[in-house]
Amino acid sequence: MMKGNEAIGEAAIVAGCRCFFGYPITPQNELPEYMARRLPEVGGVFVQAESEVAAINMVYGAAAAGARAMTSSSSPGVSLKQEGISYLSACELPCVVVNMVRGGPGLGGIQPAQSDYFQATRGGGHGDYRTLVYGAASVQELVDLTIEAFDAADRYRNPVLLLADGILGQMMEPAVFPDSPPLPPPAKPWAVTGASGRPRNLINSLILQPDMLEAHNWRLMEKFRQIEEREVRWEEDQLDDAELVVVAYGTTARVVRAALGAARREGLKVGLLRPITLWPFPAQPLRRLKRARAVLTVEMSTGQMVEDVRLAVEGRLPVQFYGRTGGVVPTPREVLARIKEIAGELAQEAGGRK
Amino acid sequence: MTREFLLAGFGGQGVMSLGMVLTYAGMLEGRQVSWMPSYGPEQRGGTANCSVIISTEPIGCPVVTEPDVLVAMNPPSWERFCGAVRPGGLAVVNSSMVKVSRAREDIRLTQIPATSLAEGLGNLRMANMVVLGALVGLTGVVGMDSVKKALDKVFPGREHLVAANRAALDKGLAWVTGGAAAGAAG
Repeated sequence: MMKGNEAIGEAAIVAGCRCFFGYPITPQNELPEYMARRLPEVGGVFVQAESEVAAINMVYGAAAAGARAMTSSSSPGVSLKQEGISYLSACELPCVVVNMVRGGPGLGGIQPAQSDYFQATRGGGHGDYRTLVYGAASVQELVDLTIEAFDAADRYRNPVLLLADGILGQMMEPAVFPDSPPLPPPAKPWAVTGASGRPRNLINSLILQPDMLEAHNWRLMEKFRQIEEREVRWEEDQLDDAELVVVAYGTTARVVRAALGAARREGLKVGLLRPITLWPFPAQPLRRLKRARAVLTVEMSTGQMVEDVRLAVEGRLPVQFYGRTGGVVPTPREVLARIKEIAGELAQEAGGRK
Repeated sequence: MTREFLLAGFGGQGVMSLGMVLTYAGMLEGRQVSWMPSYGPEQRGGTANCSVIISTEPIGCPVVTEPDVLVAMNPPSWERFCGAVRPGGLAVVNSSMVKVSRAREDIRLTQIPATSLAEGLGNLRMANMVVLGALVGLTGVVGMDSVKKALDKVFPGREHLVAANRAALDKGLAWVTGGAAAGAAG
């Protein structure tokens, strides 16, 4: 059994991460604390940077030298890292960034939230880029997705984000760790490792000629299209006969699942779609629903992922929203009440049609 | 079958480790388990609490707001959480420190002088294990064997404390099952 924050750290080490740079912020401090203790034991490097901006630029340097590198923070700290993430993406450098999201905007609070969805799934910093974003819902999934994040970052040469929150970071659950990553890290002939005996490698994001920058951006976009085609992931729970489909990720999906059990026991045909990748968003399962008559999105925000849900259903189904924000976690009871309310409206509609 | 615990006390009373041992014992018995500490801007000597869920089903939200079982180790914890216990639930109160003034008719209440019993064993800090022993007897949610095995997992490298912890567990169990040891110590 391990705390989620520590589990991410151990999973990163399993994945071959030997460079961690961070700056403290609640609720993710157990992760850098764990890395500070563990990385020296495996010949790695831990630096507590002077700021989040410094930490992400240390990641930039380590990634440019070909190392598997990571940083972690929480919402306000991740905002500070955005410039660096944009540069990493522009330079096609792989890295993993963990955001244990807390309530915002501003300094906000330290309790769980999902209000960084827009920032995470739309690139986050400036310029035409995206990052693969995972949303974990258990300690085991934090382990599995951390390992996959390093793999995907190297495969696409792009930053990968792992989103969770203080509940997942602080909670302890059983977790199983593999002995090694499924694939060895790939060769990185592009890395700046000393140019003796070969042409020098240059890592740089300044491209002043518009036509060259345009070509670069379209090439990056082609890579993001590949990510959309290959990497989208989700979990379905009782969608086959569902008349009401709830969409929720991370901690909120756990709450919804508890409510779902209660709703099913009352005979309501409700299912859950849990996005595992937040970008790319799993639109496919929402486009092939057969019996669904309504969709309910539940989030710990004032409504962010709900926009992707609406884009996915393209007006074919009504999309409702239930959100708590500022660090308030919805209870299964509240979600069940909302499910019943919508189920009641659907039943009335059906009655009216007869 | 899902049992939700809320374990509360002041910092240093060992409610976090009480929760961890209980959770680990549940895992050793093949159940789904979660442990979740309260976190926030805390201060030394302030109150602390953790949520533990032991279930045969996958666990939804790990934060317990309406516990089946409440442990209150100090007065502020009792004041804060006694109203939250699910009707039909159980409250285990450290009667060495908490005077129960406002009783609820719809829950079971067990008052155990955990701090005094631990003091009798020669270590105040074992009050948490006395209460865990009592929980084993009162709820049957996990077996004493699993709890004792869990001790080694939660406190690796602290073998010198294992005997004392085991004695405290036995003391708590005997107290609630009316064993001779409890009578002598009471």
